[in-house]
Amino acid sequence: MNTQTAPILEIKDLKISLPKGADRPFALQGLNLTVRPGEIVCMVGESGSGKSLSAGAIMRLLPEPHVSVADGSITFEGEDILSKTENEMRALRGNRISMIFQEPMTALNPQKTVGWQMDEVLKLHLNASRKERYERAIEMLGQVHIPDPESAYNAYPHQISGGQRQRVMIAMALSLSPKLVIADEPTTALDVTTQLQILKLIRELQQKDGAGVLFITHDFGVVAEIADHVIVLRKGEVVEQGSADQVLNTPNHPYTQALIASVPDLQPPAPKPLTSLPVVLKGTGLKKTFTARGGLLSGKRKAVAAVKDLSFQLHQGETLGVVGESGSGKTTVSRLVTRLLDADSGAVEVDDTDLLACTPPELRAMRKHIQMVFQDPMASLNPRKRVVDIIAQGPIVHGEDPEKARARARDLLELVELSPAAANRFPHEFSGGQRQRIGIARALAMEPKVIVADEPVSALDVSVQAQVLKLLADLRDRMNLSLLFVTHDLRVAAQLCDRIIVMQRGEIVESGFTADVFAAPQHPYTKNLLSSIPGRSWTPPVRKIDAA
Amino acid sequence: MTVLDTDLRPAEPPRYVMFWRRYRRNRAALLGLILFTLVILMAAIAGIVDSGDPLRRAGPPLTAPFIDASIPLGTDQLGRNILSQLFYGARISLLVGVVATLISILIGIVIGAISGYFGGWVDDLLMRITEAFQTIPNFVLLLTLVAILGSKIEWITFAIGIVSWTAPARMVRAEFMSLRNREFVDAARNLGVSNSALIFKEILPNALPPIIVYASVIMAMAILLESALAFLGLGDPNYASWGNMIGQGRAVLRTAWYCSAIPGIAIVLTVLSFSLLGEGLNDAMNPRQKQ
Amino acid sequence: MNLNIPPIAIYALRRLFQAIPVIILIMIGTFLLLKLAPGDTVDALVGDMGGADAAFIARLRAEYGLDQPIWVQLWRYMAKLATFDLGQSFVYEQPVTTVLLDRLGTTLLLMATSLSLAFSIGIVLGAFAARRAYSLTDNLISTLGLIFYATPSFFLSLMMMLLFSVKLGWLPVGGIKTIAGFYTGWDHVVDVARHLVMPTAALSLIYLSFYLRLMRSSVIQVADQDFVRTARAKGAGETRLMVHHIMRNALLPAVTLFGLQFSALLGGSVVVETIFTLPGLGQLAYQSVIQRDMNTLMGIIFLCSIIVILVNFLTDLLYARLDSRIELT
Repeated sequence: MNTQTAPILEIKDLKISLPKGADRPFALQGLNLTVRPGEIVCMVGESGSGKSLSAGAIMRLLPEPHVSVADGSITFEGEDILSKTENEMRALRGNRISMIFQEPMTALNPQKTVGWQMDEVLKLHLNASRKERYERAIEMLGQVHIPDPESAYNAYPHQISGGQRQRVMIAMALSLSPKLVIADEPTTALDVTTQLQILKLIRELQQKDGAGVLFITHDFGVVAEIADHVIVLRKGEVVEQGSADQVLNTPNHPYTQALIASVPDLQPPAPKPLTSLPVVLKGTGLKKTFTARGGLLSGKRKAVAAVKDLSFQLHQGETLGVVGESGSGKTTVSRLVTRLLDADSGAVEVDDTDLLACTPPELRAMRKHIQMVFQDPMASLNPRKRVVDIIAQGPIVHGEDPEKARARARDLLELVELSPAAANRFPHEFSGGQRQRIGIARALAMEPKVIVADEPVSALDVSVQAQVLKLLADLRDRMNLSLLFVTHDLRVAAQLCDRIIVMQRGEIVESGFTADVFAAPQHPYTKNLLSSIPGRSWTPPVRKIDAA
Repeated sequence: MTVLDTDLRPAEPPRYVMFWRRYRRNRAALLGLILFTLVILMAAIAGIVDSGDPLRRAGPPLTAPFIDASIPLGTDQLGRNILSQLFYGARISLLVGVVATLISILIGIVIGAISGYFGGWVDDLLMRITEAFQTIPNFVLLLTLVAILGSKIEWITFAIGIVSWTAPARMVRAEFMSLRNREFVDAARNLGVSNSALIFKEILPNALPPIIVYASVIMAMAILLESALAFLGLGDPNYASWGNMIGQGRAVLRTAWYCSAIPGIAIVLTVLSFSLLGEGLNDAMNPRQKQ
Repeated sequence: MNLNIPPIAIYALRRLFQAIPVIILIMIGTFLLLKLAPGDTVDALVGDMGGADAAFIARLRAEYGLDQPIWVQLWRYMAKLATFDLGQSFVYEQPVTTVLLDRLGTTLLLMATSLSLAFSIGIVLGAFAARRAYSLTDNLISTLGLIFYATPSFFLSLMMMLLFSVKLGWLPVGGIKTIAGFYTGWDHVVDVARHLVMPTAALSLIYLSFYLRLMRSSVIQVADQDFVRTARAKGAGETRLMVHHIMRNALLPAVTLFGLQFSALLGGSVVVETIFTLPGLGQLAYQSVIQRDMNTLMGIIFLCSIIVILVNFLTDLLYARLDSRIELT
């Protein structure tokens, strides 16, 4: 890489102002950055750091007048972007600067074919015949490794998978060989194996064209995978920037250090001797097939086997991870063992009582033994109830005196490290991590034998994620809890789980002690999964600073 | 070094304060509230404005407005006081509007909740019935019901309730279908909460805000339906009603257009106040929306 | 099921199939309503004749099958309905079916003009307001929409009559054509059109406001979606965004409303047809109530339901064509 060449993009002292009611006056306060040809610059930050708005400013697509550039300059190939007319910008967008977005599901127009949308960008900027444009589009679809370009060209977005849609987005963004590509969290919504493929693809195409890439992400694993240069943002301010090697391995700023320390490393705990411990939860031969309506109009119902013949055992005080990508059936497992979904066949035994054979009243009584922590901190707490009532609800339903239950709910809040003042508030007044703590308190209020946690940290920022994981681990060790932990994130699994089962398309492909599976995976799918972890070769520097 | 995630944000003011603050932001909604209060006031003080029967002869027929101070808005062709009919008409409109809305919302909630919560064949059956009701043009059904039940105000109100429940039922059903799989409902179920408590204590409170907003639409519709019936001479002849006034005014439209224009404007303003009120409630209850 | 039937046809058949239980429910419903009504056909006939002795009444009852158990009556009623035999109208002394078909054309004409007017103008105004959201233009259009929505059609009709017929003398007060005009050809068309101006306006304004409001919120919502941002990032101009990306998606909910509103519109025609003395189904419904001609009233309910189901069916087909996410396979 030649750092002497003239930069493609240069941003100086960029300030973006926010409307009056916002939490701070400026979304960005003095951003400086340079992107050179053939360079990938990663902008890293947690939610609310202002990283996506900077992309909007470069494209001049900020939601004006509410949010606008207040000060600074943006220079693209020596031209001042901010003084350009709307027509000049239009000629630039999609042509010399292009963009890839986060959500492949919603970023394409559902009513137009893939081909139409690829053609649109060519038609807008190129003076070429229909045939030439078609050929270019097909060529690009081939370059992003879509198996059958002709049929993908004629497909509607809903007819192709999420990963393919992201490939189409990339093909569209690169079809005119832009000088600058802005990628706004392009792999966040994708599975880990797809993510790695897309990252490789971006690398490959960018090296071929020599374009500069501004890559926005929250994930240090992705940074380690792809970045040449890194900028760390926090609440609109640049706290640190430098080469990827320097920022990742010798971070200077305490915030960067803390963020990097929050990234779970890939060192699983040493195996515990489990055989001596009693089994608290046992699943045998669980099966679940969904007969979903096949589309709105077709009468045919196609059956999808979500879980095929699943058996497992959870010992007292153990954490068992259920790991898999989307569609692997891991979430269905969490609903089956809590009987929020009825299994087609099989048994779930809690202390030798089969949950699936219980009558409704028996089931309601049994439920106190197996509690759940849910994925979505926004959706898992009733927005119309006060926190104290949410936590005390379970014990009250099971016959505890309401006053006592509420008093204990306040104690539990302390246990999950929240102030007792939280008790009388409503859920919307809390941050995501705090809500997850309330969800944990709700589960603990029942003094359950088993806690099932369904992706409890996947919706949280890394630093918050680390704090919640630490809390879970502490509570588990102090209270000798048994945890069934469902996750897609192998880093999280490595940090918390004693044993894991790896699922693919409803089946267990591999199981064993986490340390063993990580050290020597047997099944090809597990191998693929492990080798797809972004930044797997990067070991975060020594954790001198505690995340909390 | 990072901000500790456990620090609480400063406490919010009580809910009703937040509600009023958001409502206040919409100036049109404030206008709606003022108009609505005026209509209620009219209904409340009708007895003070005129303690007698509003349908009695109060002066010479077809007196124009602003001529005689004792009959400020003039009289109709039977010499009845337009002002006192207007005030008593507000009573009928509000009464019919509120009661018919309550009836339709109640039916709608029961049917929609059962349909949306349980799904399956129960849902299929209830939805076919809803569709049947929706298919018959509601004013035609209303006419038929009035033809069968008679023109007493109680029956008219009941009939309006019966022809308006389908929309709220569908709304409640849609809300229940989206809420019943929400994680907080699963969480409550997992605590051992019973079906009826799940329906009424967990889901219903969360399904209500859009229904309350929609109630303003039903109320407006109910008032329009009642006045249309009265206009056609099918209302209860024993009560002063705005629709009836317009219907009677039609005969003297050429010479005394104010006989129908005055109650007409009253209807427009009342219905307008409900729409604006509804929009204000929507803004106040769904703070996610912008502006 | 691979008989080379186009998927749209299979879908159409299935939708028709789903309509059957609704029609049956409506038939049962109308029968029960008929039973609820005070007095039956025989009472009406006898009343018409000015009284008769008990034996004759009993014989008439037997003749009409009214002495049978209720489920036999229901069965016979349904069997007759299935062949579109809706019984006799004792007011018009004709089969109800004949009376209805006589009136159908006028109502359909009124429906077609009102709905297409409301739909097209409402959509254009709504989209226009949305593109200039929260501006003066938007406020003006939205306020207008609110006022249209709040104005009862009968009041609007009277005020229009007052202005255009009484004061200005531009338009006829009522009827479908000039009685003594005997116009033919093009003149006839113009004559009918002049008679329909006010009824159409009165009937369509409230629905215009529905479409306006729906379209406005729909466009605002779609304009906020990711794929519009994508198109913008591709360098598409505002016109292109509006035509190809926003309207294409924002129109879908309006199409759904088209079917749903049809039933309400038919109901609204009762008032408007009565005011403008248009010889359509709505006016007939009103007269049947006044004259207690229950057979005709039930016939109207039945016919209107069939029309509404048909219109909904067609809208569904249209929607299935328009929304490419729906797969008809």
